[in-house]
Amino acid sequence: MEIFMSVLIGFLFASAVYLMLSKSLLRIIIGTGLLSHGAHLMLLTMAGLKKGTVPLLGEQAKAYTDPIPQALILTAIVISFGVTAFFLVLAYRAYQELGTDNIDEMRGTE
Amino acid sequence: MSLLHIAIFAPLLFAIFIPFLFKRLRLIHTGWFVFGLSIILFIYFLQFLSDIRDYEIQETIDWIPSLGINFTAYVDGLSLLFALLITGIGSLVALYSIYYLSKEKEDLGSFYVYLLMFMGAMLGVVLSDNLIVLYTFWELTSFSSFLLIGYWYHKERSRYGAQKSMLITVFGGLAMLGGFLLLYLMTGTFSIREIVSMTSDITADPFFIPALVLVLLGAFTKSAQFPFHIWLPDAMEAPTPVSAYLHSATMVKAGIYLVARLSPIFAAQGTWFWLVAGFGIFTLTWASFNAVKQTDLKAILAYSTVSQLGLIMSLLGVGAAALHYSFLDDNLYMAATFAAVFHLINHATFKGSLFMVVGIVDHETGTRDIRKLGGLMQIMPITFTIALIGTFSMAGLPPFNGFLSKEMFLAAMVNVISLDIFNMETWGVLFPVIAWIGSVFTFVYSMLLLFKTFTGDFKPEKLEKKPHEAPFGMLLPPIILGALVVVFGFFPNILSASIIEPAAKAIAPVLIDAGQEYNSHISFWHGFTPELYMTIGIIIFGAFLYVTLPTWGKIYRRFPEKLSINYFYDQGLIRAESGSRGLTNSYMNGSIRTYMIYILISFVGILTFSIIRKDAFSFTTEGLAPIGLYEVVLGIIIFGASITILVAKSRLTSIIALGAVGYTVALFFVLFRAPDLVLTQLVIETISVALFLLAFYHLPKINRKEERIGFKLTNALVAAGVGVIVTIIAFSALSNRLFESISQYYVENTAEKAGGFNMVNVILVDFRGFDTMFEIAVLGIAALGIYGMIKLRLSRREDL
Repeated sequence: MEIFMSVLIGFLFASAVYLMLSKSLLRIIIGTGLLSHGAHLMLLTMAGLKKGTVPLLGEQAKAYTDPIPQALILTAIVISFGVTAFFLVLAYRAYQELGTDNIDEMRGTE
Repeated sequence: MSLLHIAIFAPLLFAIFIPFLFKRLRLIHTGWFVFGLSIILFIYFLQFLSDIRDYEIQETIDWIPSLGINFTAYVDGLSLLFALLITGIGSLVALYSIYYLSKEKEDLGSFYVYLLMFMGAMLGVVLSDNLIVLYTFWELTSFSSFLLIGYWYHKERSRYGAQKSMLITVFGGLAMLGGFLLLYLMTGTFSIREIVSMTSDITADPFFIPALVLVLLGAFTKSAQFPFHIWLPDAMEAPTPVSAYLHSATMVKAGIYLVARLSPIFAAQGTWFWLVAGFGIFTLTWASFNAVKQTDLKAILAYSTVSQLGLIMSLLGVGAAALHYSFLDDNLYMAATFAAVFHLINHATFKGSLFMVVGIVDHETGTRDIRKLGGLMQIMPITFTIALIGTFSMAGLPPFNGFLSKEMFLAAMVNVISLDIFNMETWGVLFPVIAWIGSVFTFVYSMLLLFKTFTGDFKPEKLEKKPHEAPFGMLLPPIILGALVVVFGFFPNILSASIIEPAAKAIAPVLIDAGQEYNSHISFWHGFTPELYMTIGIIIFGAFLYVTLPTWGKIYRRFPEKLSINYFYDQGLIRAESGSRGLTNSYMNGSIRTYMIYILISFVGILTFSIIRKDAFSFTTEGLAPIGLYEVVLGIIIFGASITILVAKSRLTSIIALGAVGYTVALFFVLFRAPDLVLTQLVIETISVALFLLAFYHLPKINRKEERIGFKLTNALVAAGVGVIVTIIAFSALSNRLFESISQYYVENTAEKAGGFNMVNVILVDFRGFDTMFEIAVLGIAALGIYGMIKLRLSRREDL
């Protein structure tokens, strides 16, 4: 299972990088979104999958899945959301001010 | 803090008060205070003369004891000689500058601050025993020289000359620091005398020759040896007192001092002999040849200084050969060291006076161009007399002191022929020949300097001022120096016993054992020796060249401009500038995409290299979870959705596909037993998609028409590289588990210690609550930032 997930994550990273190298701001932001999905899945996968039940003590199970990566991912999700939201508004404002969303036209050469 | 230290720091401390004296006491020329201080210092150093014949004086104050860096002031013959030159000529220059620089027109405060800074720095160089302290003062001399050359900073040539001298001398200074550090690595001490005592242990060290070359680089740049001499003629833009003081008598001799001071360490090496003697003799001839073509009086003197420094340098080099002959009496090469010290003094006297003479001529006529000058003999008889003494001494004519040291120089060069070390049997004969040619040209430019200025037709129409004799105060310093030229010429032995012998002893301490005396050779200056015939030849041939100068002088014009060292220097600077600009422009093109590609390629490259280098790739399926049907289906959805984003032409499709990926990830969290993540992911994905749609409404359509195939191909290659390397790292990480997880602690203690049942939540707010706090801060900052971006609309101001 982990092997399959690793390949999937690699693919998510590749797509994200491809999008981030394009010229349109919107595609770059979509790329960062995909990149954070890949990173979150990677965190989860690296801790090992399906080793036990949900990390709630009420379950009274013999083994639980590792709670630490889940806590880390939760933090990461919130932060990447904050950054994405900021970035989107920044793109919106940049477009309003500069009249373009093509990053090649945004070079600060003046 | 001994009196000796106070003497060294006195000029630096006094420099602090100069601006006050300049501002408050406008009636008195500030130079008088400087003059007083240097006279006091000169007298203070004179009293060491009787002591150093018997013992050496040493005083230490701690600076950085933990690093072995202490300011050890050390007085022996060599340092005392330099200290006397610095303070003696320093007082004469101060006196001269009082009459040379106008109290009303010039910024005297700055001038004397720089001059005192230089004097203190120079005293520090020659009196410190610690290499790091020596280096500190050494750079301070470069720095104060830079300030003094650029004194008239409104002139473009001044700034050019200051920059050039700074670049060259600091380059050499840094090389020298490298050499000092290598010496420290070999011996473990910065003290020169301790290093000298360890010399025999380190000569075989692989660092020894690099240290030697680096130290010599420092000495050659400072003392303007070929090919680093180019800064000195441009340094003539400084006021004339500065040229007289720094660029003839003291600073340019710092390199000579360094060579002499470190001779006990390096002199036994063939490399040292070849570099010092070879570069010295070549510099002598090259510079004297070039001096003849100059038309500016100070430029002639600058090239002459370079040439004379080469002479002293070559004598020190030949003197190094003395170490290979253990007997002391009649040691011909020891005589070379002796001659070097003697000529050092002589050069300081006659070159100082000549610079002052040129300053007077410039001051009284308004020009230094020998094509405009002439016939000043009747108008300025005293100046003419001093110039005559100086130039004749420089040319090596009797009865002046230059004659004696020139004779000793020629004798040393003749003796090189009989050397039987360093392959000198074959090459040695070149030394007297080159030295003789250099001396002929020295004669020619000395005569040019004298006769073109003072004899011939008087051309008042070409002069800016009506010339007349200089004021007495201005004449006094050159008169004193000129008198010394004559006195040292007739009574050379007053110098030899008092100062030259202790100095020579300091240069070659191995040869002279305690209690043994090296008797000077100046006493036998009569007799028909080969060097006397050489001198006669110089006079005859030099006079012939001087008379026929208009005919053969044309060869200077044939000398190609592109082969000159100045051309290389200027072009080198221009090339270095344009080259670095071109380099920066070639990779800093302003496009974010390019920078991303650099970052990603380095990421892939470094990781690939380290995986291959460390053989880190491994792949096992041991202990992995089985593949389930649900996960495969979800995986396929993510594949599909990602490909949709990649090929999508419309923005809406991309955003919806991104949403699909997000929700599928949430479903993955369900399958992988992470309920809190599912909840968060669902909510946040929903908000994100909503935000994207909001932005979508305002952003333009995705325009992919300009993306060419090459563009896409590069992106695809980089992207594939990143994807593959991430996958490989994931594989390897899964297969190399080094230790068990620490999660067991949380499983056991969540209920017991924290009183909760949801492990993830307890970790977030209890075990690792700090993360959460700052995550809240991140959200708060993002919210404030978004608010600010939307609400605050500063119109672009002009001054931004």
